[in-house]
Amino acid sequence: MDREKAEDYHERCVQCSEVNWGLTDGGRFYCRTCHNVIERTREVVNTDVISNTRVQTISRGLRKQEKTDEGWEWYVCEGFQFVLKKQAEALEALGICPQMKDEILCNFWRRYLQKSQQAYCNRPAGEAIKVLSGCDSSTDVDSEPERPSLLHLLSFSESDGDLLTDCSFGSSIGKVSESTSVCSGSVDGSLHLMKNQKDKLRMSMPMTLSFCYMALLWLREPMTLSDLLRFVVEGHIPYLNVFQCFPEKMKLYGLDLKIFCVESWPVYEEVYDKMLQLAAFLELPRFPDITDSCFLHPDMLCMKYLMEANLPDELHNWTCRVVKKIRIGEADFLTFAPGNKSTRKVKYDVLAAAVIVVVLKLLFLLNDHYEWLLSDFAEERNKNNKEDGLYFEFRKWCKIIKGSLDVEQKKLDEERAKYLWRCEKPLFYSAKKKSKVLKRRQIVVNLQNQFGKLSGSVQPAEKPHPSSFQLNWSEENTDGSCFHGHSLKGILQEKCGLLTAMNPDYWLCTVKLCTEKLCGHLAHYRDLDFPQSYHFVLRLFSFLLRIQPSYIHEEVCMIEHKLFNKKLYKKPKYSPGQRK
Amino acid sequence: MPPCRRVGGHVGAARAAAPVAAAVTAARRGGPFPWAMDGFVGRAAPRPAAQAGSALLPALHLPLLPPHLYRPATSHEYKLNFRKSKEACLSYIQDAMLQKQWKRAAEFLTFYIESLEKDFSTEYVGPSEMIWRIGTEILCHHSHSSMKEFNSFIEQMKTLGVKRYLKVCLEHAFHLLCNGRTDEAYQNLSLAESWRFGEQTTAQDKELKLIQAYRGLLDYYSWSKQKNVLLEYERGGFEDLSVEQEMHSSFRKAAVNLKEIIQIPGVWDLFVKCYVDFLKRHGEPKKSLISVLKILHDIVPSHELMIDFNIMLQKSKKRKKRRLGLEVIFAALDYAGWKENVKAWSCLARQVKQIIISEKHPDWIKQEWNSRKDWWPTFHFSRYLAKRNWQENESLAYEKAVVAGILLGKDCKYFKYVSHQGCKDQKKRFRTLKKFVNKHSSVYLRISGLSDSSV
Repeated sequence: MDREKAEDYHERCVQCSEVNWGLTDGGRFYCRTCHNVIERTREVVNTDVISNTRVQTISRGLRKQEKTDEGWEWYVCEGFQFVLKKQAEALEALGICPQMKDEILCNFWRRYLQKSQQAYCNRPAGEAIKVLSGCDSSTDVDSEPERPSLLHLLSFSESDGDLLTDCSFGSSIGKVSESTSVCSGSVDGSLHLMKNQKDKLRMSMPMTLSFCYMALLWLREPMTLSDLLRFVVEGHIPYLNVFQCFPEKMKLYGLDLKIFCVESWPVYEEVYDKMLQLAAFLELPRFPDITDSCFLHPDMLCMKYLMEANLPDELHNWTCRVVKKIRIGEADFLTFAPGNKSTRKVKYDVLAAAVIVVVLKLLFLLNDHYEWLLSDFAEERNKNNKEDGLYFEFRKWCKIIKGSLDVEQKKLDEERAKYLWRCEKPLFYSAKKKSKVLKRRQIVVNLQNQFGKLSGSVQPAEKPHPSSFQLNWSEENTDGSCFHGHSLKGILQEKCGLLTAMNPDYWLCTVKLCTEKLCGHLAHYRDLDFPQSYHFVLRLFSFLLRIQPSYIHEEVCMIEHKLFNKKLYKKPKYSPGQRK
Repeated sequence: MPPCRRVGGHVGAARAAAPVAAAVTAARRGGPFPWAMDGFVGRAAPRPAAQAGSALLPALHLPLLPPHLYRPATSHEYKLNFRKSKEACLSYIQDAMLQKQWKRAAEFLTFYIESLEKDFSTEYVGPSEMIWRIGTEILCHHSHSSMKEFNSFIEQMKTLGVKRYLKVCLEHAFHLLCNGRTDEAYQNLSLAESWRFGEQTTAQDKELKLIQAYRGLLDYYSWSKQKNVLLEYERGGFEDLSVEQEMHSSFRKAAVNLKEIIQIPGVWDLFVKCYVDFLKRHGEPKKSLISVLKILHDIVPSHELMIDFNIMLQKSKKRKKRRLGLEVIFAALDYAGWKENVKAWSCLARQVKQIIISEKHPDWIKQEWNSRKDWWPTFHFSRYLAKRNWQENESLAYEKAVVAGILLGKDCKYFKYVSHQGCKDQKKRFRTLKKFVNKHSSVYLRISGLSDSSV
């Protein structure tokens, strides 16, 4: 808006005799040809007119006075700080202890700022920004070949690479050189996306969740990563469109959109890996011990998942035995030690689910044959004897679980298709785009209203109350759909005073584990290669944790290899119960 | 030299002021977080490295790796993003529409609409077109939708995509017409006709033509209504000048548009028929009617109006027109659709006979026949067809036999079979025909230019 009047000034420049005037931030005229600054200043600031002409302004360094009417001068890290604050508050509202926000997360964040040299250090990286942003707003792109062009910045993709196609990006690329002065609302937006991140960890939206999870883990709060991500998707924790709550004066445009505007849900693996990287980057010490009284301990989590999966309580005894046998319940195994590169990092939720799968394999074999035999036996017995409690019928369990899983999955798929991604406060790449974006927004709102009325459905129900259980089974239901109290008697036998499984066999998911460091995975999963019962069980837990079945499969392989370690590695010629 | 070098001093000033400034900013804001900006202390000088070393070697510019190569690949099957979500939404809409669940379709469409805000696709059918099509369909079928609602929807669609502006207009007009709102449709078409949007107008040239054609059609419609009113009046013995004037203006407007449209290659039956009827009823001179039908003959030689055209031309006193008439009827019979059209065959038979009897211009027949003599015999005059025609339609067989006898001589299979059957049944006209052909067998030789034709 401080650019209009230059057009009206037609005197020749005393140095080069061109008529090509621009205005400096201070409102003084300069010659765009020879860069001579003259005494003449702009007299009237007419804020109503927005000129389309190309006039550059010279940054005077101290731009605050000029910018106050547009917005504050703010840094990308402040934006993230704001996001983290909102997320921490939401977690607090979900019942996480208040210590998390003001002590743990705050300290992690400070440490991050310091390590990444954004603050609390002698030479903040932000200083370089100053110089750079000064150049940005005052030079023609064409005249400065060394400067990385905005085009490069735009195609440099972060984890949310799809943003590239977002709003204005697509259409504005061609005109980049004209709009360099609006490359971001934040001071260091371009620098944030540009800097070489070899030694630093670039902050991103998924990483805000890594921060949150890390803080939760430090406090050993009863929330797994899959819970956290589910709460994000359900809208209990701000993530998508979180910029809406930014203060009015923190303007987002240009490259900021690429940083703060997310168009995909966080992915478990990504957030988890970023958390590991972050902890290493911050050089955090060993986290507080995960003991058997912690929620994240496999014994605890197995209990939770057994309930949610509608499996007999008696199975808990077996999961505990497996956990104990392969010593994955020990604090040294479970506790997160960022510096220690030799230990495998634990995904608590996936581990617990995998333990249950292994126990089911131990007891029922899950080879699409033996489990049905056992089931026939239990069914026969339940028919004849209704007095002493029911034996667990695998077939009936499958049927009931499948029914409710299908319903829930359908609901979830529809919810995903019906998700509204855009918020009331639209973002635009530059001021030029503003009117177009707002107009579009208006049309969208109108059409939504029109077809909303025709849809006949009531306004979308309020977001579900946050719960750590997605499936609920209660013994009070008289329809017999709850298996918690069912007994495992039919499938166990007593041997030397100890109850053991009747099933004498076992099949391994894989004989040899892959090297995780090389191929990224311990094992690989193709559902066609495995029995359907096994796939069904994986699918159930994959739904509960909202991760891919292959992640659970990998963990199952890991547990099996620990379990059969002796047989597998000491007698290499003997292949133990390999049925597949 | 870029200005930033010149204002280096200012940057220096900024450097000194930065920590203060940060503190000020933080204080003014109160900080977004309790532990806000207080830590931003001691901003140091910028690194001088940027200037050094750059002169020694030209920097190596590596090409940019696409993101999926740049990071180790992970499976993103579960990664839900905007696009996937909207694709899923679209397929729910399609399912619902296929099952005629309009409410459900509307519900999902409500959630699909925001993909408009990301509509920068170059796909042929982008979100805005999808929404237009789906929305129209829903509004047409939904029990609670009204014309008002439909109109407001279409108006929004018009502002949404200039690239298909005229298509939307045309569709809108159709919908209005289907609902009996002729006046509104007419208004819409007139508005669309005057729409100007730079290159877009020329790019939608075809749609514009259609719009003009339909407006012409509506003009014709109102003309014919007014004409009927006037006829009523005349019967009642009084006249109304204003209606008459209005009728004339409708005529002019319709004539301009319709005349233009039939000159463009394509199938314009609907418009042409109206136009011809129009010209006839309006009492226009034959001349203008013939010129219109000539155009039609050039672009649609198989048009059903060609019979009328031929009759009109046969009656003409001008040689040139009668010559054209022969050409028209021959051309029409080149098309399979006319094969069994008695009227067309009788037209041809009559004209051919006339030419033979008058013994003028047998060369006309020769010219027309030249390009057809190697395929018409099998196409029209096979023995099989003779049998079938005789069984199904005697008059057709007769007319065709006349033509066959003249063009191919008395030995032609078709003529032989039909005349034989006719004579057997003691039918008088067939005997006459036989005599006629025998009498004029010399003409056949002249037409064919050969004496060894053996069909």
